[in-house]
Amino acid sequence: MALKTIIPDFRKTSPVDQVGIEERVARFTTRSIKKSSKMQGLKMVLSMIDLTTLEGKDTEGKVKQMCYKAAHLHDVIPGLPSVAAVCVYPSMVKAAKDALKGTDIKVASVSTAFPSGQSTPEIKILDTKFAVEHGADEIDMVISRGEFLKGNYNFVFEEIAAIKEACGKARLKVIFETGELSTLDNVRKASDIAMYAGADFIKTSTGKISPAATMPVTLVMLEAIRDYYYATGRMVGMKPAGGISTSKLALQYLIMVHETLGAAWLSNEWFRFGASSLANDVLMQIAKETHGVYQSPDYFSKD
Amino acid sequence: MAKITSRIEIQKTYKVFIGGQFPRTESGRYYPLNDKKGNVIANICLCSRKDFRNAEVAARGAQGGWAARSAFNRGQILYRIAEMLEGRKEQFVAELIAQGSSTAAARQEVERSIDRMVYYSGWCDKFQQVYSAVNPVASSHFNFSVPEPTGVVAIIADENTSLLGLVTAIAPVIAGGNTCVVLASETRPLCAVTFAEVLNTSDLPAGVVNILTGSSAELHAHFSNHMDVNAVLYYRNDKAEIKAIQENASLNVKRVFIYNKTDVNSEKAQSPYFIMDVQEIKTTWHPVENIGAAKAGY
Repeated sequence: MALKTIIPDFRKTSPVDQVGIEERVARFTTRSIKKSSKMQGLKMVLSMIDLTTLEGKDTEGKVKQMCYKAAHLHDVIPGLPSVAAVCVYPSMVKAAKDALKGTDIKVASVSTAFPSGQSTPEIKILDTKFAVEHGADEIDMVISRGEFLKGNYNFVFEEIAAIKEACGKARLKVIFETGELSTLDNVRKASDIAMYAGADFIKTSTGKISPAATMPVTLVMLEAIRDYYYATGRMVGMKPAGGISTSKLALQYLIMVHETLGAAWLSNEWFRFGASSLANDVLMQIAKETHGVYQSPDYFSKD
Repeated sequence: MAKITSRIEIQKTYKVFIGGQFPRTESGRYYPLNDKKGNVIANICLCSRKDFRNAEVAARGAQGGWAARSAFNRGQILYRIAEMLEGRKEQFVAELIAQGSSTAAARQEVERSIDRMVYYSGWCDKFQQVYSAVNPVASSHFNFSVPEPTGVVAIIADENTSLLGLVTAIAPVIAGGNTCVVLASETRPLCAVTFAEVLNTSDLPAGVVNILTGSSAELHAHFSNHMDVNAVLYYRNDKAEIKAIQENASLNVKRVFIYNKTDVNSEKAQSPYFIMDVQEIKTTWHPVENIGAAKAGY
């Protein structure tokens, strides 16, 4: 489907009302979700997790173990969903793909010289193609923050468009590393650039920089997605990543998605959590609701 | 202009102690505490299940770091608590009197509490050598056993004393490298809150001791069924609660110690065995070279 869209002048992106964003976010944290709706919410959170390992010390064995966890979150409690995807480095894509054979869990691969993005365009494209050839269903690329902060928006736009082309059928998530963009205005601008350049998902952070995903940043990106949807009719997904480690916080994110974008975005096709420790916290909450007593991490597998 | 003849005393807000901070109970519930004449002297937090949950998380977070400190350093910190207690003696005496003690009894209770803290401070770097052992084994191994802290200990402290029962319960637990969540006496809670202020100014890391106020009838089930609690100590004498604690503790096989026969006022309420109750014995088999049929040294 070819969309005839007029690409806006990114220098003129509408500024973000920071005070307004913070007040709105504060409201999302006051909702009370209990009992059966909480259970449903927690299961939804599980099904939206991209279980992630992005360490220099990753091995095939570690990835295989994480993939097992992705498919068998906590077999003690029947009826739990599996996570949406596992997220690994390109060199681990094959191992993950093999380990997940027979499941519908996707394999996402970071690319473009993750996490810094400091490399040549050729290498970034090769990096992406390598991951896709080994079977990655999704590509998580990082933008060149240096170029972006210089004001070189065309460079960033072209780069995303080029990686999108290299992705082929794989869905493209674009990581802004919002912790390095410093203002919400910049986050909004980066969101617009990425979506117009063809991103299927926009993602907050690599998880290597603090602050990672925060609710204000996510809300700005969700509003950008909403405005883009109204302008073009194309849905774009959202993935906050890093720093979301408790179920309570995850549920607040779901509320924010629902009240900003609507129920259409409440599936793992359009919303993901990039997290490693969130899954166990959610499982502990589900077990607490099931068994009636507070749980200990000792009884949940480490991923 | 009217002359001000007397000033209104500032009343203290008695809050709870979780993770090194003094929050109010999340439940927003309070119960009034009366003096002998029936006047309300304070509103005390009536803690809930969620306060216990938060305190447990704080205790678990602090446990690794506390256990990893050198035994000598733990001893220093316990001694520091005693020093701080000594400095605020008069405040504790006044609170005990407000809660119905005679002056002599109040003074004795505070002094015993301080002495007991010093007693356990001394044991911090000694119990491990006393209760460790090198074991004779019939293979070429160096085999030794050492006590290690159990982990997070939930304590329901003595009901009849305000300070001494608290110190008696907490000191041996933290001396051994555990962290704890303590429920203070329901009818005599004032000293517990003031004791928390002492702990907070004694170099004790946040979360090692967490003090809640409220009702054991409401909280004993949560103290004993939390899966991330490793031991429960109970210093009261309610048969139904004891039974419930023992049953709940079986969920994750917590250690349960019912000290209902322990009179905290007596000398028998202090001994290194109270430290050892919340210790696990770890035995290590260390291979020893057995070249040329040389015998193991031990």
